[in-house]
Amino acid sequence: MTGDAGLTTVLLAMFAGAIRVSTPFLFVSLGEMLTEKSGRINLGLEGTLVFGAMSGYAVSYHTGSPWFGVLVAGVCGSVFGALHGFLCKLPKVNDIAIGIALMLFGTGLAFFFGKAYIQPSAPRLPSLSFGAWSDHPGVRQALEINPLFLLGIALAVFLWWSLKNTRYGLIIRTTGDSAPAALALGIDVNQVRLLSTMAGGFFAGIGGSFLSLYYPGSWTEGLSSGQGLMAVALVIFARWNPIYCFWAALLFGAAGALGPALQSIGISRGYHFFNAAPYILTLFIMIVSTSRRRSLKGAPGELSITK
Amino acid sequence: MADTTETPGIAVQTDLIGNTLDNIRRSSEYIVIPLLALIVAGALFSVFLLALGKSPADFVALVWRGGFGTSFSWQNTLVRATPLIFTALCVAIPARLGLVIIGGEGALVLGGLAAASIAIPMVDWAPASLLLGVMAIAGCLAGALWIGCVGALRYYRGVNETISSLLMFYIAVSILNFFVEGFLRDPSDPNKPSTKPIGAENMVGAIPGTDLHWGLPAGVALCAVLYLLMNRTTFGFAARVAGGNLRAAQAQGLPVGRLMVISCAIAGACAGLAGFFEVAAIHGKANASLIAGYGFTGILVSFLARHNPLVIIPVAIFLGGIAASGGLIQRRMDLPDATVMVLQGLLFLVILVSETFYGSLPFFRPKRGTS
Repeated sequence: MTGDAGLTTVLLAMFAGAIRVSTPFLFVSLGEMLTEKSGRINLGLEGTLVFGAMSGYAVSYHTGSPWFGVLVAGVCGSVFGALHGFLCKLPKVNDIAIGIALMLFGTGLAFFFGKAYIQPSAPRLPSLSFGAWSDHPGVRQALEINPLFLLGIALAVFLWWSLKNTRYGLIIRTTGDSAPAALALGIDVNQVRLLSTMAGGFFAGIGGSFLSLYYPGSWTEGLSSGQGLMAVALVIFARWNPIYCFWAALLFGAAGALGPALQSIGISRGYHFFNAAPYILTLFIMIVSTSRRRSLKGAPGELSITK
Repeated sequence: MADTTETPGIAVQTDLIGNTLDNIRRSSEYIVIPLLALIVAGALFSVFLLALGKSPADFVALVWRGGFGTSFSWQNTLVRATPLIFTALCVAIPARLGLVIIGGEGALVLGGLAAASIAIPMVDWAPASLLLGVMAIAGCLAGALWIGCVGALRYYRGVNETISSLLMFYIAVSILNFFVEGFLRDPSDPNKPSTKPIGAENMVGAIPGTDLHWGLPAGVALCAVLYLLMNRTTFGFAARVAGGNLRAAQAQGLPVGRLMVISCAIAGACAGLAGFFEVAAIHGKANASLIAGYGFTGILVSFLARHNPLVIIPVAIFLGGIAASGGLIQRRMDLPDATVMVLQGLLFLVILVSETFYGSLPFFRPKRGTS
């Protein structure tokens, strides 16, 4: 294989990977963004993601309908979100610590109920082919796009528009920037945060169902490798802007595809580090994009993580 | 005729007894609330088991038998509790500064790797005591450097320590795999990629009369030392001030940055020591078995102990016992191994929620009108 063809293969694989791998990042980061906009941080989305993956797969297996699985995964996610939102309402309860506990609890529950679904194979989500115009099999494969990816883009645009232009968007932003101001406006701060966390959990659950129902496409206990937490870093990098979340998710997807892409053309030297590329990238981005002066543009004022 | 007038001395004495009782009543809050939380978590878990048609009584009996019933199970429990003590300290020390570090597992992995790697060129000539000393120092340094970086990133760049420490766990795992499957791999071991073994004669021995290695007494001693450091020295005081109010500490001229980095380095050294003991007393070499989740259970231990180094010891033994009975529960009750994880998650949630009751239950409140 010549160097040029190898490079093309890698770039194509990274492009395809960016689209495939980025979808869960996109959903989880949009969910986290919404929660953080209301002034709370939910680190438990990692657990929500894993539970969403398990429940989506289980429902798809039992009912034969993967789309119903996606819905159930979302509903399960919003139940976890409701738990987080409700518990954090209590005085002196720390939202970061509750998130860590929910991460453990959600993952534990998913592994507990998921044991029975490791073997059987469930119907997977179909994909849409956009590559019919090309003769290149690599391009055609790369353009097999899951509808959830498109749904994620639509969701990002919708969230961007509605946070900026609607009354509900204003309520969420006010709650996140200053709870006293929201209180003075007659807004029920805890209610807004509860609902935002529930919606965030819903999105994260959908992101999880993508993992088990499309790519990698089966339920295993090692399915998620910290995507739920990387999404938190991604939101900071994206400056709490849904559109930037989309681009950041693509970047993370490409980084995640780097290791497998290089392996596919026979470069295996140091592939452990290429597999760690998303983590190194996240850390690097956090170092570059944060500042000790703590005046991040777009950061909700009530957020404990930036205070 | 007996003197019935109260002398001032007696009055002071009754007052003293009253005050002591009052103090006991008020400080019992710190025992009663966690106990109630344990009971509530147990009740919720029982409901969970009943819903699945399993008997909670069987579960408790099996935990007792598997974790605490016999001397064999006690030893199993204590061997599991040892790394938990170290990794819980990795959470507890930075927690005094208000930092939530959840990547202790990464420091454990790298501490184990560093200890095993430095042993390779020394195994042939060094006496066991020197070898183990150097290995322990290497493990400590690797862990201290790793988590110290997390503290430095937090202070100098404002990078959130919870997320960065977890990301660094994943990076630590890839470093371990890179070396263990790469040029540190022992070619004579065809099964699992590992470093060269340090040799049975060089391993940390058992405490005479038991199967326990010396890691447990070392962990207990370390807890005591760190308790004194955090509660009885100016360093610990400064750290607690910074944890209570960062701006106030800065206004007082406390070296907040140095406090953060040093606390995190101490924390990392503790987790690194856990890795050292796993290598030098259990596995004899570094490989992927180091990633056993001790770092993550340590988070739970530290939160249950409310970040108090002395309370960490019994809590680590308690959770070590539950973990030790996991296999028995799995076999006898036909429950998946994740059952222990569900119980841990539930316990974690209930303990965190119980924070809300401190100072709000009328029984523990100071009496009105008394100083």
